[in-house]
Amino acid sequence: MTDEKILTRNFDRPDSHTLEVYRETGGYAALAKAQAMEPAAIVDEVKKSNLRGLGGAGFPTGMKWSFIPKDHPGPVYLVVNADEGEPGTFKDRYILERDPHALIEGMAITARAIRSPLGFVYIRGEYVEPWRRFTQAVREAHDAGYLGRGFDIVVHRGAGAYICGEETGLISSLEGKKGWPKVKPPFPAIKGAFGKPTIVNNVETLACVPHIVNRGAAWFAGLGTKTQGGTRMYSVSGRVKRPAVYEAPVSVTLRQLIEDYAGGVSGTGRLKAVVPGGSSAAILTADQIDVTMDVDGLKAAGSMIGSAGVIVMDESVSIPEALLVVARFYAHESCGQCTPCRESTGWIYKMVHRLVEGHGRKDDLDTIVDVAKRGAGTTICAFYDGAVGPYISYIEKFRSEFEALVKK
Amino acid sequence: MTPASATSPPTFSPEQLSEVRRLQSLYPDPRGALLPVLQMAQETLGHLSLEAQDYVGSLFGLSAAHVHEVVTFYTLFFEEAKGRHIVSVCHNLSCHLAGAQEIIAHLRQRLGIDVGETTGDGRVSLFSVECLCACEGAPMMQVDDRYEVNLTPEKVDRLLEALS
Ligand SMILES: Cc1cc2nc3c(=O)[nH]c(=O)nc-3n(C[C@H](O)[C@H](O)[C@H](O)COP(=O)(O)O)c2cc1C
Ligand code: SF4
Ligand code: FES
Repeated sequence: MTDEKILTRNFDRPDSHTLEVYRETGGYAALAKAQAMEPAAIVDEVKKSNLRGLGGAGFPTGMKWSFIPKDHPGPVYLVVNADEGEPGTFKDRYILERDPHALIEGMAITARAIRSPLGFVYIRGEYVEPWRRFTQAVREAHDAGYLGRGFDIVVHRGAGAYICGEETGLISSLEGKKGWPKVKPPFPAIKGAFGKPTIVNNVETLACVPHIVNRGAAWFAGLGTKTQGGTRMYSVSGRVKRPAVYEAPVSVTLRQLIEDYAGGVSGTGRLKAVVPGGSSAAILTADQIDVTMDVDGLKAAGSMIGSAGVIVMDESVSIPEALLVVARFYAHESCGQCTPCRESTGWIYKMVHRLVEGHGRKDDLDTIVDVAKRGAGTTICAFYDGAVGPYISYIEKFRSEFEALVKK
Repeated sequence: MTPASATSPPTFSPEQLSEVRRLQSLYPDPRGALLPVLQMAQETLGHLSLEAQDYVGSLFGLSAAHVHEVVTFYTLFFEEAKGRHIVSVCHNLSCHLAGAQEIIAHLRQRLGIDVGETTGDGRVSLFSVECLCACEGAPMMQVDDRYEVNLTPEKVDRLLEALS
């Protein structure tokens, strides 16, 4: 397993956000190389690298790019998802602030691959400093001629709504509407922003692209597992001694991340549970942490890697109270379009609340699990499935803790 | 933009109007600039009154209903006047695990207001919000444009004192 830092290699350099430092460390060499490549060859290289989307869904990036219709007459757009909002995740902020040119270079290469003249970067409204830094970097790249010759970037700010991280909600918001997700199909690659074919990728996904072009698909694929290449940035927080962003190959185990990277469990020092991939991922118990932190490893463990936001809970943490916090989030952030999502997130929050307050009823637990299971997979977007994962897993894995509240 | 009143509806200055046109020209459909222009209006006015929403709508050929739907969808748009400073404490999971409840209780006590309220002197509005994605610094909060991390009651006091 490599210890080499790739995505985060410049983070600790002074002025790492400037064009000058980016160039000193080999920046924009990959773009020059890509400009001599056929677009199809770039797509092919990214396919072979086994890069999978790092925003949440883990979809193979090269394959996504190849869905753009070949014969499309009008423009196609590249949209970068910098709406980072998944609870427990804080990696894209580091790229925007400390290595913005890595994203710009990744975008310029991707734009060539999909033949896009225009890219939008949708940055969450609360990220004011990251937005300033990134905007400044776009200006620098423009002045230096890396942008403005066939490809331009518009930096767009969100206004506070988790659901705008969902790609079609993001597109609605970018179009000047409320951030309501849209029914798929059509997928954005066929009909996306402003009605045109659109590729939506996460910040970190695109920051991988220059490295793939520079050092080759085989090298990148070799860093990871059979089905996913590369390293990625794990956000580790909660009850650990050193909460931070850690870059590691995708074959790293959850145990290594907690014990070796983050310095071990804090609080009582004894692990109780871990959320491995942002709050929408099913919770894991202390005996499940030998799982590898790639898309397929977590899927096999009955959870998901999602945005790779690892939230650690030691033995003193109340799981029902943690679920209350999580349930409040989903009740607040549901966009309200689909009945199962709108109604269940609200009611389940109320039920968890009364359980935690000691007024719960005996059959509340079964009701929550039953309601959650029925609604899963019936909604316009995956937001509701992301709420169902925690509802069911917290209750099923820590049932006695919930039952103790009812018996009181 | 001058503050809204019954007699003078809010309007942008000529410079702001040309900025509106520049923003609109960046998008394949000018309506893409609605959020940035609302952000501009709110920065100038402090909040987005119905009159201000109406005016912004008129610059886009959009109905008041469309603009209202947008303004009320996002947590960073305000229809009512707010304090000179906005303090938003994160109450999501990692901050919860790091003691966000105590920080919120301390802020309520120090400011003498509840979450969602503004101090009587118009200095501070207090909110509790979902994950601001700086969980490595939990417990944390946003004070206007800045993220303030690794909060303790003492650090909160220092930060509050610095607000005019
Ligand atoms: C409710 C919800 C919230 C999401 N939030 C984000 C987000 O904040 N950032 C992100 O990159 N992807 C987010 N996604 C995933 C996006 O829909 C999309 O899959 C992703 O941006 C594609 O980029 P990638 O293939 O590079 O990962 C979210 C998905 C859902 C269902
Ligand atoms: S699942 Fe929930 S968040 Fe997604 S579109 Fe439906 S109501 Fe909105
Ligand atoms: S939980 Fe508070 S910043 Fe993420």
